[in-house]
Amino acid sequence: MITNVTLSLAWRNLWRHPRRTWLTVGAMVFSNILLVFLISLQFGMYRVMYENSLRLFTGHLQVQAVGYIDEPRMRLTIPDAAGLAARLRDAMPGNDVAARGLAFALASSADRSYGVQIVGVQPEHEPRVSSLPGLVKRGRFLDNAGMQEAVIGSVLARNLRVDLGHELTLFGTGRDGSFAAGIVHIVGILDSGSAEIDRSFVQISLADFQDIFAMQGHGHSVVLMTSDLFNLKAATAKVEAIIESGESVVHDWNALLPGLKQSVQADMVSAWFMYAVLIVLVAFSVLNTQLMSVLDRTREFGVVMALGLSPARLGRLVLLETAMMAGLGLLLGVAVGSGVVLYFYHYGLTFPGLEAMTAQFNLPGRLYPSASFASLMLGPTVVFLACLAAAIYPAAKLLRMEPVAAMRAV
Amino acid sequence: MTRMPVTILFRLAWRNLWRNYRRTLIMLGAITVGVWAMIFMTALMRGMVDDMVKTAVRSLPGHVQIHHPRFRDDPSIANSLPPPGEVLVDALSSDQVVGWAARVRVPAVVTSERDTRGTTLVGIDPEAESGLSFIADDMIEGRFLQSFEDDGLVVGRKMLDNLETKLGRRVVVMSQDAENEIIDRGFRVVGVFESKLETTEERFIFTGRKTVQSMLNMNEDVSEIAVVGSSYRDVSNLLRLQQVLGPEQELLPWYELDIYLGSMLTMMDGFVLIWIIVIFLALSFGLVNTLVMAVFERVREIGLMQALGMRPAMILLQILLETLLLLLVGLAAGNLLAILTLAALSDGIDLSIVSEAMQMMGVANVLYPSLQIGDIVLADVIVIVLGLIAGLFPAWRAARYQPVQALTTV
Repeated sequence: MITNVTLSLAWRNLWRHPRRTWLTVGAMVFSNILLVFLISLQFGMYRVMYENSLRLFTGHLQVQAVGYIDEPRMRLTIPDAAGLAARLRDAMPGNDVAARGLAFALASSADRSYGVQIVGVQPEHEPRVSSLPGLVKRGRFLDNAGMQEAVIGSVLARNLRVDLGHELTLFGTGRDGSFAAGIVHIVGILDSGSAEIDRSFVQISLADFQDIFAMQGHGHSVVLMTSDLFNLKAATAKVEAIIESGESVVHDWNALLPGLKQSVQADMVSAWFMYAVLIVLVAFSVLNTQLMSVLDRTREFGVVMALGLSPARLGRLVLLETAMMAGLGLLLGVAVGSGVVLYFYHYGLTFPGLEAMTAQFNLPGRLYPSASFASLMLGPTVVFLACLAAAIYPAAKLLRMEPVAAMRAV
Repeated sequence: MTRMPVTILFRLAWRNLWRNYRRTLIMLGAITVGVWAMIFMTALMRGMVDDMVKTAVRSLPGHVQIHHPRFRDDPSIANSLPPPGEVLVDALSSDQVVGWAARVRVPAVVTSERDTRGTTLVGIDPEAESGLSFIADDMIEGRFLQSFEDDGLVVGRKMLDNLETKLGRRVVVMSQDAENEIIDRGFRVVGVFESKLETTEERFIFTGRKTVQSMLNMNEDVSEIAVVGSSYRDVSNLLRLQQVLGPEQELLPWYELDIYLGSMLTMMDGFVLIWIIVIFLALSFGLVNTLVMAVFERVREIGLMQALGMRPAMILLQILLETLLLLLVGLAAGNLLAILTLAALSDGIDLSIVSEAMQMMGVANVLYPSLQIGDIVLADVIVIVLGLIAGLFPAWRAARYQPVQALTTV
């Protein structure tokens, strides 16, 4: 039982050695601030990473031909891709749907040729499922189907030595294995900032694509953007009901881009290893302080035990002292930590070299921590529990204490 | 007794340390865990970056590379180099150069009876490449190229799958010659290579250098000269090759060829330092606490020693010696523990659970920790220097006690 007397006793005991208490609390506050900041930053980063990576091209769900995901072959197609996309759009309001075709081809200008991946998209729907059309910096994105127009990446345009209005010849293999060729003219130049994309990006309208590559109305994927990327069960079931199963399947983003979730998981593991080290060090600090404070008071404890106080109650007193200390550390840590998070929440965080690294994971050059109850409290709560756990040994020492021997201790 | 021999000070410090053995042991535990974490984590990080750089450097760039100044922006045949002249060959045969190879590297499209893919056609001299790039070691089927005139084609396993073709079959490779004409030529697939990274298996196809040169009417010209020295960490010797190069030749180290990797390496240095300091700070609270308690317990004793004529400077020195001994024992244990755990893990840590993420980051599935003397020294020096600074405060307080007051303190 914890009474008012026990409470004030515990509180006063803490301040018998103010310096010792403050140093221990200081260790907690230090770790808590770090944890609050780092965990919030992680949460913020992951969300942006998921959003940006999927929004770029992959989408949340894709309908593909069976086997296409492992071996993206020209002839593994879904029939009437545009029609399927339209049916999905009607059946699932609130979701964005677009059909695509993908093929490799040699793109030739008047004086250069490069092998690139050609993507056929639906000009009116593609901007809703992908952020790439929004990155067209010069000219415009495709607007009508069947106009033999193309949008290409800025690096590719430079390499091909072409500009708006110029023509590109595409050579490749059609769906039936026949020779495929077509001419398109450039209406837009895309500049995403990622050399990888800008070097290889070519989009034409799905109708032209089907024409050039002898697709007969077929496509390679239908992309869906849903409202919640972490809750796809219902949407997947709905899509499955609509597609003619057997030939086609639905894949979620985790299957389409398996590296994404795993990157986050790998990052989490290494981050928690670091956090664990910090937390263990704080626990050592608490163990030291509480053990000393119990040993300091051996005679005192002997006396109160002789007067009839149960060892269990004294043990609880030590735990209560620890809880108070840890609570103080938690409050101060969360308060200061939240301040730090709030600052960066508004102004963002950046440092030299960050941009080159974040670009690899489709992140912006400035990182913003997310500020939620979970991101602020998770770390400090673990620290709090670890501190209590560290106090178990000193508290347990009391249970084995003999009053007479304790009173005689030096 | 105004001057005490250092040995006595040492013995006193050592004995003082063990007067309260529990407290000292807990503190040693904390220092050990902290130092272990510093070294262990650093070695893991280093191992990861090491692997990234080595893989990247092996999959073609070399430690430094010579190419036409415009080649990086526009990797076309128009931006080729004349073959290395006598002066350059002389310079390349110096001791600093472990190996070098002249290559032709052009964007190309490869077509089988089934499918078409964009790729890079690399014309190599197999003898020069041995030990320089990865291909020769990773052949899984068929044979490697036998000379720079070999007209067989070596492709990656993934590329073979994509093209739905087999060893021994013919494929057509299309590229562009110096006059901007599209040239195509049939090749027989004579070998298949495997790479830790799937993208590499798709990105390159190989044949003899002379074969590409005559196919594309480029005489003896080459696209790049890759040079490898003894270690990727220090390429300053290789950069001296700049002196023998003409104006149309550019020499770049790998960290400028791949800015992401370069910035990764610099960031890692910063990260190691921050990590070590953060761990130390978490430790420092406990350290100061331990020392303050140790001094506090001995107020009367210190007063007595002062009354007997021990100079304040000696007391300061003694507390600092205690700090130093504590740190040294903790460091020894921490270093030993880290070296032992890393030795136990020297066969590599299997990360295949997150293999897709590893691929995304350009790292193989098995992580080999890389323990570097420099990092150990850095950690140890930081702990000793900052630890002594932290010890100054309690030591200074102890030295300032007034003998009479200290003697009468309870």
